Amino acid sequence: MERIEVLKTYKIYIGGKFPRTESGRYYPLQDKSGKLIANICLCSRKDVRDAVSAARKAFEGWSERAAFNRSQILYRIAEMMESRKALLTEECVRSGMTAKVAQQEVFNAIDRVIYYAGWADKYMQIFSSVNPVSSPHFNFSVPEPMGVITVIPPSDSPLLGFVSAIIPAITGGNTVVVLAEEKYPLTAVAMSEIINDSDVPGGVVNILTGTKKELISHMASHMDVNAIIHFGKDEAELAKVKEVSVQNLKRVLHYEYKAEAENPYFIQDTQEVKTTWHPIEVIGPSGSGY
Amino acid sequence: MSKKETKLQGWNYSPAPESKSGASLKKQYDLFIGGKMVKPTSGKYFKTINPATEEVISEVAEANAADVDKAMKAARKAYTGVWSKMKASERGKYLFRIARLIQERAREFAIVESMDGGKPIRESRDVDVPLAANHFFYYAGWADKLDYAFPNRQAQPLGVAAQIIPWNFPLLMAAWKIAPALACGNTVVLKSAETTPLTAYKLAELIQDAGLPEGVVNIISGAGATGAAMVNHPEADKIAFTGSTDVGKIIQKAIAATHKKATLELGGKAANIIFEDAPIDQAVEGIVNGIYFNQGHVCCAGSRLFVEESVKDVVIAKLKHRMASLIVGDPLDKNTDIGAINSRSQLQTIENYIRIGLDEGADMFQTDCKLPSKGFWCRPTLFTDASQSHRIVQEEIFGPVLAVISFRTIDEVIAKANNTPYGLSAGVWTDKGSKIFNLTTKMRAGVVWANTYNKFDPVSPFGGYKESGFGREGGLHGLSAYVQF
Repeated sequence: MERIEVLKTYKIYIGGKFPRTESGRYYPLQDKSGKLIANICLCSRKDVRDAVSAARKAFEGWSERAAFNRSQILYRIAEMMESRKALLTEECVRSGMTAKVAQQEVFNAIDRVIYYAGWADKYMQIFSSVNPVSSPHFNFSVPEPMGVITVIPPSDSPLLGFVSAIIPAITGGNTVVVLAEEKYPLTAVAMSEIINDSDVPGGVVNILTGTKKELISHMASHMDVNAIIHFGKDEAELAKVKEVSVQNLKRVLHYEYKAEAENPYFIQDTQEVKTTWHPIEVIGPSGSGY
Repeated sequence: MSKKETKLQGWNYSPAPESKSGASLKKQYDLFIGGKMVKPTSGKYFKTINPATEEVISEVAEANAADVDKAMKAARKAYTGVWSKMKASERGKYLFRIARLIQERAREFAIVESMDGGKPIRESRDVDVPLAANHFFYYAGWADKLDYAFPNRQAQPLGVAAQIIPWNFPLLMAAWKIAPALACGNTVVLKSAETTPLTAYKLAELIQDAGLPEGVVNIISGAGATGAAMVNHPEADKIAFTGSTDVGKIIQKAIAATHKKATLELGGKAANIIFEDAPIDQAVEGIVNGIYFNQGHVCCAGSRLFVEESVKDVVIAKLKHRMASLIVGDPLDKNTDIGAINSRSQLQTIENYIRIGLDEGADMFQTDCKLPSKGFWCRPTLFTDASQSHRIVQEEIFGPVLAVISFRTIDEVIAKANNTPYGLSAGVWTDKGSKIFNLTTKMRAGVVWANTYNKFDPVSPFGGYKESGFGREGGLHGLSAYVQF
């Protein structure tokens, strides 16, 4: 007799835990033939709230980690992805990719995480400055993470798009709440399991599944969210996001997805700039001499 | 002295030695050329000893000019054939692998480093080895990001780098040299120092494990003649040297008629300046760390202590008290503060300077700690009432010997601190931030530590002004040493 396969329950990821949606709702994810792949959590506004409060709780610790430590943890994510290539490839295939395309998608996603792992202790060296003010002050400007960021990843790609949307933000010390693309929850859930096994503190990355239609305005209007990353070409949706983001002057970072796009400016976009002034004592005529 | 303190004085540490069993060492090490361990053409091997016991640990191949030629050619072949053609992000992946492999074998490397060089296991375990791994990790990330380090320029590798490292931080210096060179697309021939060749060969084994293409890193050993053959070899596009100012000048002279690029990280005679408004206890810890870290075998050691006259007596009293609790002895003991002097000849150099200090009339203080019967040892030493003209104030001793000079005004101390041909580092101790920034502006030195000392980080550039050499290692600036445009 053929062995009966054990089916996985796909759950959401909040504060380092894997609950089901508090709403108890689901949506069926089907393959091309209409066969059920899995029942996916249909998250509610309250799930968004829970995820934001988990992200806020994690922010202080994550942003104050040494940049080198963040770098190592990001590299660890890549290591775990590499060791779970099979899982990721399978979920890409079940999301509609051919095996060959799926494999390349997974390789690109792993390399992208390594790319940003390398930036964690370097972007500050690129984007900081010492400002030669005219008065005797030591004046310098450094980037600092914005805080909690909600993320609407691109709908163009199941894995690379997801990774490209969240990794720059956490590289820069932010914590995120991501709404997985409705048709690509499988790879997002696989990533939540990988992230959870990669020394990433709970709450740094929170992953919800559900519909954009229902949740996007909550993600854009939440008063304890500092910025929203939005991918897509839907102008009406973007206008709505901008409009409801105004209330707390949430930063709206809008991108059109390009698979090859990787650069430190995606990190810089999630940063504020802080400038510090400090006096320099001027005593006596002494010069530097030789 | 209170009753409690009296009790503490009588309290001894039990031995807490790190087991040598964590380190697997071969009886003999061959040269690492073209990805393989090869016998030296010279046929010669030299012994490397444990300076704490004077026992022979291993024999190491001595590379002659023919061996250097082989290594250089292997590096050239790897450069043109593989490394310069490889996608930058893939180069980076190799460096990440090396970083991870060092982390995995960190304790083993720390034990070997302490056995071969004499430094306390606490330092090799907590400083040398983790910093070496982190250095590879940091530069791994730069490999595919050079366009951001040099905007509007096309950074190209130099080719083959000949790298010569000193005996005071053997593995760490190898990491400082190899990591940025490889990240920028160069291949290397690295020569370890005569007295401390072992961790470089352990690194060679690890590089084989990492699957790095053959010849990208070549590691050889030998003395001055081997180094000279490297410097003068026509395949060397770049010379990276860390060592004495005298040798640095010889190298600079040797390549004067060529277009070889060079970076030199040379000697130092750093001023460590204590103002009366400094947190004194913290400053005393900083003085101790500044001069007695790694037995004072540190080019940036805070070997000249400038104390504001109003706090001179209290600083010196506290310093002597603190020095008395320093444990000198077995480098593998986790309680040891000061290990063995690296070699007999270095011990003789230090002892000679101590005699000179006495002859010149400075007051000497040494702690009365017990020293092991075998091996090379030097008690932590302090000279008070030294003056600017004393040789112990002017010359680099490279040992646990501190000279103390007092000052009255800020102008005076700036002038005195800068009155040296060296300019590697300086220390400033004061609770007043505005004074720190004044001093950092005035110090003619490449690194200034404020209310701390001997801090190193892969992201932070290190290197000297004046006769302490040129070029920076570490950080964004460290990339410049290995690229051309």
